[in-house]
Amino acid sequence: MASGERDVSEVALKGASAPAAVSASRAAVLRRLRLTDTIFHGLTRGASLAVLALLSGVIIALIYGAAPALSTFGFGFLFDESWNPVTERFGALAPIFGTLVTSFIAMVIAVPVGLMVAFFLTELCPKVLRRPIGIAIELLAGIPSIIYGIWGLFVFAPFLQQYVQPFFIDTFANVPILSTLFAGPPYGIGMFTAGLILAIMVLPFVTSISRDVFDAVPPVLKEAAYGVGCTTWEVFRYVVLPFTRVGVIGGFMLGLGRALGETMAVTFVIGNAHHVSASLFAPGTTISASIANEFTEAVGDLYTSSLVALGLILFFITFIVLAIARYMLMRLQRQGGK
Amino acid sequence: MATTASKTAALDSPLYAGRRRRNAIAKGMALAATIFGLGWLVLILGVLLYKGIGGLSLSVFTENTPPPGAAGGLLNAIMGSIVMTVLAVVIGTPIGVLAGTYLAEYGRHDKLSSVVRFINDILLSAPSIVIGLFVYEILVAPMGHFSGWAGAVALAVIVIPVVVRTTEDMLNLVPDTLREAAASIGLPRAHMIVRIAYRAAQAGIVTGILLAVARISGETAPLLFTALNNQFFSMDMNAPMPSLPVVIFQFALSPYAEWQKLAWTGALLITVTVLGLSILARSLTSARKS
Amino acid sequence: MNLTKIVLATAFALSPAAAYAIDISGAGATFPYPVYAKWADAYKKETGNGLNYQSIGSGGGIKQIKAKTVTFGATDAPLTGKDLDDSGLVQFPMVMGSVTPIVNLEGIKPGELVLDGPTLANIYLGQIKSWDDAAIVKLNPNVKLPKQAIVPVRRSDGSGTTYNFAYYLADVSPDWKTKVGVSTALQWPVGIGAKGNEGVAGNVAQTKGAIGYVEYAYAKENKMTFTKMINKAGKAVAPGSDTVQAAAANADWKSKPGFGVILANQPGDQSWPMAAATWILMYKKSEKPAESAEALKFFAWAYAKGDAMADSLDYVPMPQNVVNDIQKMWQAEIKGADGKPLYSPTN
Repeated sequence: MASGERDVSEVALKGASAPAAVSASRAAVLRRLRLTDTIFHGLTRGASLAVLALLSGVIIALIYGAAPALSTFGFGFLFDESWNPVTERFGALAPIFGTLVTSFIAMVIAVPVGLMVAFFLTELCPKVLRRPIGIAIELLAGIPSIIYGIWGLFVFAPFLQQYVQPFFIDTFANVPILSTLFAGPPYGIGMFTAGLILAIMVLPFVTSISRDVFDAVPPVLKEAAYGVGCTTWEVFRYVVLPFTRVGVIGGFMLGLGRALGETMAVTFVIGNAHHVSASLFAPGTTISASIANEFTEAVGDLYTSSLVALGLILFFITFIVLAIARYMLMRLQRQGGK
Repeated sequence: MATTASKTAALDSPLYAGRRRRNAIAKGMALAATIFGLGWLVLILGVLLYKGIGGLSLSVFTENTPPPGAAGGLLNAIMGSIVMTVLAVVIGTPIGVLAGTYLAEYGRHDKLSSVVRFINDILLSAPSIVIGLFVYEILVAPMGHFSGWAGAVALAVIVIPVVVRTTEDMLNLVPDTLREAAASIGLPRAHMIVRIAYRAAQAGIVTGILLAVARISGETAPLLFTALNNQFFSMDMNAPMPSLPVVIFQFALSPYAEWQKLAWTGALLITVTVLGLSILARSLTSARKS
Repeated sequence: MNLTKIVLATAFALSPAAAYAIDISGAGATFPYPVYAKWADAYKKETGNGLNYQSIGSGGGIKQIKAKTVTFGATDAPLTGKDLDDSGLVQFPMVMGSVTPIVNLEGIKPGELVLDGPTLANIYLGQIKSWDDAAIVKLNPNVKLPKQAIVPVRRSDGSGTTYNFAYYLADVSPDWKTKVGVSTALQWPVGIGAKGNEGVAGNVAQTKGAIGYVEYAYAKENKMTFTKMINKAGKAVAPGSDTVQAAAANADWKSKPGFGVILANQPGDQSWPMAAATWILMYKKSEKPAESAEALKFFAWAYAKGDAMADSLDYVPMPQNVVNDIQKMWQAEIKGADGKPLYSPTN
């Protein structure tokens, strides 16, 4: 390690003072340096290609596994609500619906809350408490998801069933759209509960990334805004947020990715019914919950294959979500001129 | 904006009062959001501590998983988890760091990078059960038996995208002036990256690895079809290997009180480990900043 | 610290496998996992040989034995004779248990409520919606039944428990047979799905007016409010090892290939109508005969010495006459590469 450093400085010094005598050894050193550079370049490129190969491998394995189901059901697989292992007729509509709805609920709650927590941590919180609170929120990401599931089933769902859901059902009973969204009976478990649990699990992602990018805002900008008399909120809303929106959206996407793919926690609280229902309190299912629930006990090729096909669809959903995010980021960057 | 008039007039003006009110509301909401977030943590950790701490004793670390109705510990599961996690990091980190380096240093703007970056983000959110299935197809089925190796590889596949992502982000934070300074004294790129960029981004990269460890420490799904599990103590990487998350999963759903107690204790251990890791990661990051 | 761990791990990883006694592995059904684990532990203490059984689900067990990644598979839903022949497998029952309905009704004690098969089927078909329905009242003239909606709770994950439950309902209700059918997972007309026995028990415990079905061990260990059932002979029986044994004793085990008799709705005054066995799957001609022979030794040991252990975990051992038949079958059908039986009663 130290020898390499000496080589470089020697070459630089000698190159300046003694031209002819050392040129041969200098060339040798340079050749060696170029060689290590090429090798390192090759290594990093190889590693990138390995990442590429990994995903291709996963997708190929999925397509291979999903082929029997897709060739049997065709495009109708996407729009069929039935899921009948006895007659071997399968459709992905209910899991796709549930995945999108629960992730949507999770993001609607986690994004504003996460942003506000990040706002609190960067602008309001006393310095001493900043790190402990930050770590505490991040810890939410470290709790094994089966614990969320069991806690959700035994603590959270009964609470919702007794207090929260009846309140919603009664309050919105006569409001046109909301009465359909919050229709009874209050089971406790269902898509609403699953969305809430997902929101808790996504919160640390949104918070910690937002906080990191808020911290990266140059103090000059904020000071200038305070200088013209802006309030703390105004500085955050009109200076910090616009400056960091690219990074913040990156954080949302990471959180959304987690919400779309989360398995164990959802499985315990969603009710696992292959139904498409307008009421958020009704039991539903998600793609990953269906796979986790049924894969181990699935008997028969078509059944297994349909579950793998669900996994493939989840990949496509993730793909589309990320592509949209990328596109939005590109537009923002162009607009912002940075 | 509204400060053109005299100071007292400005303070009394409805416009300023409105702005102050909005500011107060926003601050209040921020505080409420933080309490809301922390509240969940307290609730969940509370249940975890309440149920898990009673089972915590020395025998958890010295005895193997018991059959139902007998006392025992989690030794085999803890050891299996440590071995597979360490191996997953040993396999996954070099690939992840190198790929992240390519994205941030060599191919910042080329086609390959944008494709890899995109694909890496998809891998980040791939459901872990799918990764388990993939490794089952490429390792377990051809080898003809479940093995610790397959488990470690499945975990490595989860580690890689996390490390790629954080490595790239951290290297991007290294100011280009450092790179230019290195180039100006004739330092080859590889040397610049290893000696300067890595050194500047070291703490961040380590944070990424720790985050990856936190991510895999609770994973059940990718292990169920790869490492399987083992009731007994086994360090044979070619045989089924026990792991803490799978044991928690099986025991938590069993009817027997002793098993359920061990499951909670195991969950507490994992959470405490992740807590330790994230505090470690934080202190490394702040050490870098100061 | 990390370095030492790595060194240790590598050292362990490189240590020759020969240093261990023959270890056999099996995978499959979740239902018998606790008792297999208990047997394996006792067997290892007695003989030094480890047997690693893991519960990855019946479907998983069938898949893994066919993929030859394990020495034996285990399933709660027996394979058909044709399937066994096609894949060169043998099948035999190892231990029994039962499926038990549980309810959450205020003021009703365990064993107080009585149900019969058709009523249970109609509840899960959504045709009986309230606890004061005439069909339930008729079976329980002395019980005060509330006017309360019934919330049926069922397994969301594929499960042998569901298979046995549905098999019984299909046997007693033609409606069930045509509308729903029998499988480890079903398209349920009504109700909420919960993951695992734990999930079903949890949901029933929290939901007033709920009914669910769990393994008997679960109902007993968690002191759930189980119901009695009217069996084929028209008698009300409570779940338990004696009523399961009665059902097993009355079953004609040889009537199906691979002893694949579902113990639902067996004759006999004392028979519990939802008794259930769980099966082992092995290759007739094993590619790893040494491991198969070891596995058979373990099973023989479990039949001979495992009864008390099974009983302590609320499982029911197989009747001796069935065990004799099974061991005869081993000798006749499971063979090594040289064509000699891998099992003989003497060793």
